[in-house]
Amino acid sequence: MSEVAQDNKRKKKGRTKKMSTRVDFTPMVDLGFLLITFFMLATTLSKPQTMEVALPSKDKVSEVDQTKVKASRAVTILLGKDNKVYYYEGTRENDIDPVLIPTNFSPQGIRQFLIKKNYDVMVKVRELKDEQEAKKLSDKEFEKRKDEIIADKRAPIVIIKGTAESSYKSLIDVLDEMAICNIGRYAIVDISPFDLELLAKTSL
Amino acid sequence: MPKVKIKRKSTAIDMTAMCDVAFLLLTFFMLTSNFTQKEPVAVSTPSSISEIKIPDTNIMLILVDSKGKVFIGVDGQENRKELLTKMGAAYNTTFSPAELKEFSLTNRFGVPINLMKAFLAMKPEERDLPENALGIPCDSLDNQFKNWVSIAKGINKDYRIAIKADKTTPYPVIKKLMGSLQDINENRYNLITSLESSEDFEQL
Repeated sequence: MSEVAQDNKRKKKGRTKKMSTRVDFTPMVDLGFLLITFFMLATTLSKPQTMEVALPSKDKVSEVDQTKVKASRAVTILLGKDNKVYYYEGTRENDIDPVLIPTNFSPQGIRQFLIKKNYDVMVKVRELKDEQEAKKLSDKEFEKRKDEIIADKRAPIVIIKGTAESSYKSLIDVLDEMAICNIGRYAIVDISPFDLELLAKTSL
Repeated sequence: MPKVKIKRKSTAIDMTAMCDVAFLLLTFFMLTSNFTQKEPVAVSTPSSISEIKIPDTNIMLILVDSKGKVFIGVDGQENRKELLTKMGAAYNTTFSPAELKEFSLTNRFGVPINLMKAFLAMKPEERDLPENALGIPCDSLDNQFKNWVSIAKGINKDYRIAIKADKTTPYPVIKKLMGSLQDINENRYNLITSLESSEDFEQL
């Protein structure tokens, strides 16, 4: 194959044959691509995405705090088996149980409800986004103003509770919904017997 | 009719250009790559819309497989040595310099502390066998996970905790982990997700 290592024996003394200076690069290309393949397979090009969570510290959360959530603002989301999700608004008042509504993670499911519930904030964030595109607000400014909008006093407060059968995927999905619907205040808390009771009633 | 004479052309192509391209790509991949780290268990993360990238350094990765077994990986070889020494001291075990060296080269580990010596004596291939991937205990009776995290945090307080759990990991396991982290006042952490395949979430 190679054109270099040929014709070593000299036929006539004193007269060197003029050798071609061209080298066959095919094996070198082979080697190059082999190494490329190796590096492509052995590396991670994209860094994994992450989601930042900040939970309240233990000493701050108390039963008092949880009940302080105004019933009109509170939305409780329960994560069930097989990615099912249930929600109810408010809490038990005058011995009337809130209605537990089963739904799912499709855009028509829990998201539609949360968007409706959080409509004012959604509109404001949308306006802010438009402004950012038009006036080129800096990211920092945008984040700051978004935080202000999200911290609206009338916006819903979402309480996320997972049952023993639910999976991690549901939790991520529901946290995603919080981000999509611009819910500023949400908490992940333990499920209470009351919620389990409601769930049991609904699934019957 | 004149005879059509096909001129015999040489089939040899100049490979120099191709070689250049191959090595250019090779250089690119070599410089941009960071190698995929082998994980003791296969974990497929749930997808989310979050687009925050995980930082490169000072990561304390907590890996949770679908059965709920917990593995920890910290970066920095010196930090790892110190971590094992302190962890050993907390559980009345002393590790030899050889074992410390071995530990500092281990990316992920997931064995109870009393089996750590046996784990470090194993060959790297053996460690990844399913029967040797036991997970770190994080029950309320024997919460070694909590100690690992708090000692690691004591060594390097810049460690960011990143939880990488499988889609199908049961929620109670995650809740238990979060509870453990809450106990030691670690309330901010990242959840590693993969990017959501195109889905229209920009609707109002």
